[in-house]
Amino acid sequence: MSKIIDGLYYSESHEYVRVEGNVGFIGITDYAQHALGNVVYVDMPEVDDEVSAGEEFGAVESVKAASDLISPVSGVVLEVNEALEDEPGLINKDAFENWIIKVELSDKGELDDLMDAGGYKAMLGE
Amino acid sequence: MADIKQTCLHSHHVSLGALMSPFGGFDMPIQYAGIVEEHNAVRNAVGVFDVSHMGEVRITGPQAERFVNHIFTNDVSTLETGKILYGMMLYPDGGTVDDLLVYKMGENDFFLVINAANIDKDVAWINEHAEGYDVSVAHQSDYYGQLAVQGPESEATLRDVLHIDAADLVFYTFKCVECGGEQVIVSRTGYTGEDGFEIYASHAVIVAMWEALIAAGVQPCGLGCRDTLRFEVGLPLYGDELSAEISPVMATLSMFVKLDKEEFIGKDACAQQKAEGSAKKLVGLELKDKAIPRHGYEVLQGDKVVGYVTTGYRGISVDKSLAMALVDREAGALDNELSVRIRKKVFPAVVVKKRFYKKSYKK
Repeated sequence: MSKIIDGLYYSESHEYVRVEGNVGFIGITDYAQHALGNVVYVDMPEVDDEVSAGEEFGAVESVKAASDLISPVSGVVLEVNEALEDEPGLINKDAFENWIIKVELSDKGELDDLMDAGGYKAMLGE
Repeated sequence: MADIKQTCLHSHHVSLGALMSPFGGFDMPIQYAGIVEEHNAVRNAVGVFDVSHMGEVRITGPQAERFVNHIFTNDVSTLETGKILYGMMLYPDGGTVDDLLVYKMGENDFFLVINAANIDKDVAWINEHAEGYDVSVAHQSDYYGQLAVQGPESEATLRDVLHIDAADLVFYTFKCVECGGEQVIVSRTGYTGEDGFEIYASHAVIVAMWEALIAAGVQPCGLGCRDTLRFEVGLPLYGDELSAEISPVMATLSMFVKLDKEEFIGKDACAQQKAEGSAKKLVGLELKDKAIPRHGYEVLQGDKVVGYVTTGYRGISVDKSLAMALVDREAGALDNELSVRIRKKVFPAVVVKKRFYKKSYKK
């Protein structure tokens, strides 16, 4: 059974957003990191790039395959998690602690389209 | 599509919690502990793979040697009993039907090991071309299970766990030994670049051996690391580096194509490609960036697409982003600077030798 944290927003494609004020920390869920296996590369956008809800903004790669990252929200990239450049496996250690990008949210209303912890848990059937 | 098949060890994989996925028509284990851990077990110690999905064909009869030499690119006429050759079966245009191992069991007696995904095609091909030859073709894939025990500790593992003394075998030789009341085939072969063995036996014996190896603490290994291991040492996988469109000459495997043989299917096409240079060539690529090239990604020279990636990984034993790629011959010169399109970006790559990691065989 994978870890799910209360208070976060979840997408059907297994990304999460942790919201602090107007800033969203986006990463992949514990379920997703487990399904991928050893993460060996994270393809991240650059600071100031725009991301859009429902659109690809990078990829997480396991040994075996590349998996697109789909942004759950729209906004401008404030920061990328540079620690993942040298140690992508941090995502396997703690996917919620090791967010991938930090975004200035352009429309907090989009959060309503995402699931809460209970909804995500139900989707996973756990 | 036919129903997906299972090997004799299927329930063992499931009970070990393996991630299962279809491969070559079989539901196969991709990983147990994780690809990296399993890969490192084989490079540094020992691991066991269920490769019972592989196919087996026995060819016997007065004209068996002549027939095998007709359908096979390597030359079995000088092969001694107890030795093995790698090579291909080809279409007349030089495209590859399959790559395979041929074991010489005795005079006019050969054991062919073929790829799972190609079993039906190969058996049909062999039977079709056997017409007019005094040979008997026995398809034995349903009888044989197969294990691959691979890694520097594999000889000791065979001795201590399976009670098989294989110290006398050198690379690409085999012997038949008595095991569980039957004759099993043990060869010093593999698909990992490490020392190791492959064992062919009935399902009951294969299951008993697997259980003994797992109980002794040998790491079970899935097809995930089988692919990363073979990739790092530049071994081809049918479907990626060899296919109906990719000849062994293009794949730079000409050393397994004996053009001095009197005849074999595909000889003229290979001779022509060798003489004139094939249009495409398989090369190694090393990226400067950490981005990972994957099967099918475009390879460019300047703005021009000159080929595609056949297999790519972030190496496990070699900490680099690497690929094998089929490119236009002129673009494939060693040290040539190319690039690979990975999603929206283009990353520089340099042409290198396909042996990304050094093999450790017992010669």
